Amino acid sequence: MTAADIHPTILAAWRIEQPRLITGLSRMLRDVPLAEELTQDALVAALEHWPATGIPEKPGAWLMATAKRRALDHLRRARMLARKHEMVARELEAEQQAMPDLDAALDDDIGDELLRLIFTACHPLVSREGRVALALRMICGLTTEEIARAFLVPDATIAQRIVRAKRTLSESGLAYEIPSGEELSERLAAVLEVVYLIFNEGYTAARGEHWLRPQLCQEALRMGRVLTSIAPSEPEAHGLHALMELNASRTAARTDALGEPILMLDQNRALWDQLQIRRGMQALARARGLGGAGGFYALQAAIIACHAQARTAEETDWLRISALYAELAGLVRSPVIELNRAVAVGMAEGPEAALAIVDSLVGEPALKTYHLLGSVRGDLLCKLGRYDEACAAFEAAAKLAGNKREHDLLQRRAAEAAKAAKSS
Amino acid sequence: MRFMYIVTSPRSDVGPTPLLLEAMHKLADREIKAGRMLDNGGLMPVQTGAQVRIREGKLSVIDGPFVEAKEVVGGYAIFELRDKEEAVAMAKEFMQLHLDHMPTWQGTCELRAFAGP
Repeated sequence: MTAADIHPTILAAWRIEQPRLITGLSRMLRDVPLAEELTQDALVAALEHWPATGIPEKPGAWLMATAKRRALDHLRRARMLARKHEMVARELEAEQQAMPDLDAALDDDIGDELLRLIFTACHPLVSREGRVALALRMICGLTTEEIARAFLVPDATIAQRIVRAKRTLSESGLAYEIPSGEELSERLAAVLEVVYLIFNEGYTAARGEHWLRPQLCQEALRMGRVLTSIAPSEPEAHGLHALMELNASRTAARTDALGEPILMLDQNRALWDQLQIRRGMQALARARGLGGAGGFYALQAAIIACHAQARTAEETDWLRISALYAELAGLVRSPVIELNRAVAVGMAEGPEAALAIVDSLVGEPALKTYHLLGSVRGDLLCKLGRYDEACAAFEAAAKLAGNKREHDLLQRRAAEAAKAAKSS
Repeated sequence: MRFMYIVTSPRSDVGPTPLLLEAMHKLADREIKAGRMLDNGGLMPVQTGAQVRIREGKLSVIDGPFVEAKEVVGGYAIFELRDKEEAVAMAKEFMQLHLDHMPTWQGTCELRAFAGP
């Protein structure tokens, strides 16, 4: 095997161990940015050694031993700078005995450590972009290049975000701990927001050629699953998990062979992933069981669950969906949610009632550049036979769409409306 | 990418040792918590099953045990992983547990990517 052949294999072995490496080192050093660096160093060491020696029988133990050695070196150097040599040696000896055995850490349940790490990486002090990059790097083990590719930005941009975010963490002197009391829910919300942002970036790819970037969805889903297992009593963690599983279950049905988007009601439901739907429904039930049925994520999951459970588009329970949207709108005042409620009302009560809601949103500053407003409006106008207005709405919406596929779809709908206008 | 893992081994009256079981349980627990394992299950002995076969255009039902079968499927797991390299690394870790705790054990862990995106 050449070095190039073995690289993906090494990276795979490292990724599996990465969460335990970084949490073990964070516990030892109480310094997350440094722990992250040393975790990367362990990867570099593996990339240097393993092509010659072959992959060790227990790659995890090798990586942990290497990382531990580096961490001890680091502690020693830091001490040397501060104090006299002989004192350092004595101290280190005592410290090593007191230090948690990192080899045993391989077998430990790292739940609490990982939760601490996630809370640190997603700290509200760090910019939103920084949090997203840090989470993908420290929790998912993605490289800077992989993150850059996923977000369609240059490597240097991500590298800079990570450096800045790590500096913020280092300089803030944050306690490396799990927040409690009122702070917990605030901090948890910041974590869930990061996961949700990553999922949505992949699910509705706002920019670029492709409608979906499944890798980001997968990373977010994985983080969501991790969160529900290490913070099992948090209903919103289960709610977000449910929302992501249920949305992701439609992945295979969302585009045609040419990559063109297919709207939910036109999708082939046989392609919906039943394993994911089942997992999503279980997560939603858990959120409800914990008293979280009315949570921001749980409500959205409940809406998607209505779709997931309808065997055909006609069987969709639109009354329930519009009621859930009304509840959601009561929780968060958002024109986007209102727009979604309008769609549901349109299906439950008819296009007229829906258009009244949509028209009340036309002046909303937040929706000025939001292409889906024109898209929904055009759709309702079509149903009411007002094709000229529909065509204008679709055309305006197409101009606002940042994604090429969506742009083309809206242009197509504008053309269809124009054709209908002529023949009516 | 989603992968199906199927573990087969020569038929044997000896089940996994308690230590091996514990190690496998630990690994499964870790993988569920890491969000990688979506589903898994062990299978009851072949006596509890049947095979519905087609041979030379004829359909037949054969109840277990299937005396002529050399290898039997013992269990399966479904994982969501980034690529085949990760899938192989995972299988190696799983099989290494067998080597560590039950050195005489023989068998195969086959992994296959699911069809679809």
